Amino acid sequence: MPIISGVYEVIWDATFQLVLLGSLLIGATSGTLGAFAVLRRRSLLGDALAHAALPGVALAFLWTQSKALPILLLGATVSGVVGVLIIEAIVNYTRIKADAALGIVLSVFFGGGIVLLTHIQRSEVGNQSGLDKFLFGQAASIVRADLYVMCIVSVLVMIAVFLFYKEFKGLIFDAEFLSALGFSPRVVNLLLMGLIVLTVMVGLQAVGVILIAAMLITPAAAARFWTDRLHVMVLVSGILGALCGALGVGLSALAPRIPTGPVMVLVATAAFLVSVLIAPRRGVLARRMRLRANALRENGQHFLRAYLALQTQDKQEVVLADLAGELQLPLYRVRRLAKRLGRDGWVNTHNGACSLTKLGHKEADFVVKSHQLWEYYLVYRSILEEDHVDRPADEVEHILTPEIIEQLETILAEEDIDIVGDIHKAHSGYRRTGRDE
Amino acid sequence: MSEFWGPFWIVLAGALAGASCGLLGAYLVLRKMSLLGDALSHAVLPGIVIAFLLSGSRDVIPMFIGAAICGVIATVLIETFHRRWRVQEDSSIGIAFTALFALGVVLITAFAGQVDLDQECVLYGEIAYTPWDRLFWGEWDLGPRPIWILGTVFALNLAFVLVFYKELLIASFDAEMALSVGVSAALVHYMLMGAVSVTTVAAFESVGAILVVAMLIVPGASAYLWSDRLKVILTLSALMGVISAIAGYFLAGVWNSSIAGAMVVVMGVLFALSLIFAPHYGVLGRFVRQVRLSLKVARDHVLLKLLRERESQRVSALSWGDLVDTAARWVSGIAIRSLMWQGLITRANGHFSLGEQGVVHATRLLRNHRLWESYLNQIGLPPDHVHDPADALEHFTDDRLREEIRAALPDIATDPQGKRIPDG
Repeated sequence: MPIISGVYEVIWDATFQLVLLGSLLIGATSGTLGAFAVLRRRSLLGDALAHAALPGVALAFLWTQSKALPILLLGATVSGVVGVLIIEAIVNYTRIKADAALGIVLSVFFGGGIVLLTHIQRSEVGNQSGLDKFLFGQAASIVRADLYVMCIVSVLVMIAVFLFYKEFKGLIFDAEFLSALGFSPRVVNLLLMGLIVLTVMVGLQAVGVILIAAMLITPAAAARFWTDRLHVMVLVSGILGALCGALGVGLSALAPRIPTGPVMVLVATAAFLVSVLIAPRRGVLARRMRLRANALRENGQHFLRAYLALQTQDKQEVVLADLAGELQLPLYRVRRLAKRLGRDGWVNTHNGACSLTKLGHKEADFVVKSHQLWEYYLVYRSILEEDHVDRPADEVEHILTPEIIEQLETILAEEDIDIVGDIHKAHSGYRRTGRDE
Repeated sequence: MSEFWGPFWIVLAGALAGASCGLLGAYLVLRKMSLLGDALSHAVLPGIVIAFLLSGSRDVIPMFIGAAICGVIATVLIETFHRRWRVQEDSSIGIAFTALFALGVVLITAFAGQVDLDQECVLYGEIAYTPWDRLFWGEWDLGPRPIWILGTVFALNLAFVLVFYKELLIASFDAEMALSVGVSAALVHYMLMGAVSVTTVAAFESVGAILVVAMLIVPGASAYLWSDRLKVILTLSALMGVISAIAGYFLAGVWNSSIAGAMVVVMGVLFALSLIFAPHYGVLGRFVRQVRLSLKVARDHVLLKLLRERESQRVSALSWGDLVDTAARWVSGIAIRSLMWQGLITRANGHFSLGEQGVVHATRLLRNHRLWESYLNQIGLPPDHVHDPADALEHFTDDRLREEIRAALPDIATDPQGKRIPDG
């Protein structure tokens, strides 16, 4: 089993463990802060800052002639902070919106960085090769000392988030409340942005300039699908980020040619897509199922109403084809509906005709009553004319609860309004709803 | 390459790219989608790699097709995330383009043996090579290829903006209004996205991604500071793209640096200049307006103070220390000096009093103030709450408004505090 033993060897390799730890921490940090960045509508801040780092890196090199990580990181951080200050100033003091402010800082800083890099290159101030590696990221090339820097910064950033959680929460949901508590929203905002700068700069070397943006956005956007509560979202996002970091390193260790950063991002994207699909309330599947359940209920209730409309005194049976005509649905759908309602114990079907059970009659009476009560109510309150009430009643009948029905009855009874049949002369319609299969 | 034609082609390529991107960029800034260009220029990477793998060459046409397809996929993904799955728009853009870019990088490294591409060559098409990248028709040399590409793109964009000017205008400013007059905002949106995709791919293949990203955002945002009129914004935006192409080329020579980078830096400078000097939305203009406003308020207050003193205590002159507003000493001092300079107030023995014209001005202000107090009292404000709002309104009341308030009041001679309303 060469693969298994290969994996075994890799896992126990000390360097691998260190890289794994680093990626885990970076993933957790960027996931955590990403939650705040996304909710502040600064999703693309990571992208802008990663690009804005370039002139700082070039200048740091130009001044010190050194390619040591702490020095380059310092340069990158300084130019990131300047970038953030410019973005916030543009957003606060001009009519330019956040997206354009981000884009301006991103492109102009990067352009400036390119000018500096090419200048260094051509005037042979020093050997600049490798400076751009800093930006494009290669987790495998990280040395032990770099990793210590990354780990320390990540841990510090996480502690800061923990300490200022309440302030950040206030900033996101109610900046006025925050200032009422005696904190300046502007200062808290800059603190948050500063932490994001640190996260981006630390992650830059591991995943690269374009992909660090993803580590800030994708886990947070995925986490957003699972919850409406901030602390849950921050937690989920951080854990997702850490998992993506770890999985990215693990997977690219199996295929050494493939760099870590892109794998991390693809794992994160997969996590996002899975969340979109299966998240309980906001997920696509959950939403579709809700819609389907609604459509089923509506069509079932229409079926019952149509049944009562077609039923005659002497014959307690209605032909399905007639129902299809009344409902203006294809026969196969009416058959399927009858079958479903049969399963619920409302309808008995035999030889292309159907009859209601006792339970079915009860439900049908309720639906018709809802419909009529609502029609009477609309007319009584002078909301609509008699010949305009069928349609709105058709839409509302499905969501009226027994309590509301009772209230309607009381209101109408107090006004001595007799409810006798449809208030309008016209034939009742049935709202067409989406698919019920 | 001759001394003239080399630089000429480079500057022309930059100018064409700048004008093409500037036209679309103005709309992107208005529609708050500035970063779409950045996103698309990265998202096309897998398309380029796959095209390269399939065609086995670095021929431009397959790569262009691959990039264009990928651009469309990215656009559709962004729209799906945003509209169907209700992910925030900025997050949608970020997720889509980073995922595609990551896929591209993985493809490049996975097929490293077969793909003679690296990130540099894909991301930075180099504008400096423009004059040497020729287009041939059989034996004929038709000139630099990037000029043909960018020229076509510019013509297409110009035609697009001219033909759909009204639709783009309505859909950009008021999507509901667009719907009500029968313009499909969604269709306009997709057409714009299509134009941005094509422009991005065509331009970054010939002049480099960084230049395209900047040209799509910075001139548009700069122009947006100068005007509220779409036509002016579009023209300025395109113009700034052209200016930065020309200036950037020469600066790159001076700095001995990348031409594209220098062009971007010039755009940044143009933006900074717009930020400062744009008449209405610039920082300087706003500062000047604020200073003038506070000077006017300070002058009005000096005049009113003198008039009130004269009215109540029969003292017609005040010392500098009494007159100056201690909360805003600096502005107040300038206000007093400017009033003296205009002869509205005069100084004798270190004391200030109203001049003849000053009395007229001050009386009018006092009338404003007391009319407002009466009016505010009449519409329900208690008498002890009318002073402050009247104090704010008195400065902005012209003759017509004053007489309208007078007409809205019953025939009264005094304000709620029982002070006489002077005739003005």
